[in-house]
Amino acid sequence: MAASVKYDDVEVGTQLPAQTFQVKRSNLVMYAGASGDFNIIHWNERTAKAVGLPDVIAHGMFTMAEAGRVVTDWVGDPGAVVEYGVRFSAPVPVPDDDTGTTLEVSGHVEEKLADNKVAVALEAKALGATVLTKARAIVQLA
Amino acid sequence: MPLNRDFIGRSYEGGGTFEVGREHIRRFAQAIGDSNPIYVDPDAARAAGHKDVIAPPTFLTAVGMSLASSGPISDPGLGLNYALVVHGEQKFVHHRPVSPGDVLSSKTTIESIRDAGANELMLMRQDITDADGELVCEAFNMVVSRGTAASAG
Repeated sequence: MAASVKYDDVEVGTQLPAQTFQVKRSNLVMYAGASGDFNIIHWNERTAKAVGLPDVIAHGMFTMAEAGRVVTDWVGDPGAVVEYGVRFSAPVPVPDDDTGTTLEVSGHVEEKLADNKVAVALEAKALGATVLTKARAIVQLA
Repeated sequence: MPLNRDFIGRSYEGGGTFEVGREHIRRFAQAIGDSNPIYVDPDAARAAGHKDVIAPPTFLTAVGMSLASSGPISDPGLGLNYALVVHGEQKFVHHRPVSPGDVLSSKTTIESIRDAGANELMLMRQDITDADGELVCEAFNMVVSRGTAASAG
């Protein structure tokens, strides 16, 4: 593995470059096909509303994947992510328009661990709500 | 209808294998809008110390989906209504990255089912192994079954 970030160069509190992602219906269609998750609440507004959701919602795993890009873009080698977990704290509704919903993701080094590993804590927000909590990645640095 | 608590501790395996495909990794990376060359360019992957391209950290969700027809979500006896399901928590513990050609198998165990207000929370643990039987990844998946707790009537 070849992380481009050195363990000795980071401290607790080191910020990862924040990113924003536009989540559109087309992204959910692509994600459904690539992941194999065809749950109807991710593409059918009629059914989503009938089961009490505000709109079609993004796959939690899509949100998790986008948030993970803040870590993999920082470290360079995605293989350096040895552990990654999240709690989905609020749905990400995705309207049927050309703009979609803005997902804002930031992260910082929360803890320096043994063997050149660090724990990164992520924050993800959409429409003013925190959509991921307990979002944490363990990353093997150089 | 509440989930059948008799299913706590039940394991599901033998649902076939999942062969990791180069184009599948490319398509997954495209779907998440990630242009990292290590997913698609073998030279870039080798420069990072891998034998071939690797899959994104959350790619193995596709294994669960592919083999789901033999897993708990499709077991009629459990009583899960998939339209009422939202994802609660997910965690991957990777033992090594996966690459094209990996032939993976999966064993899924229902670790717990409990009430949380009107909802039920079901935690599943998926052990993903390669053709040599070596553990590749442990995936923990907690789903929320909305409004099915017995107390919700």
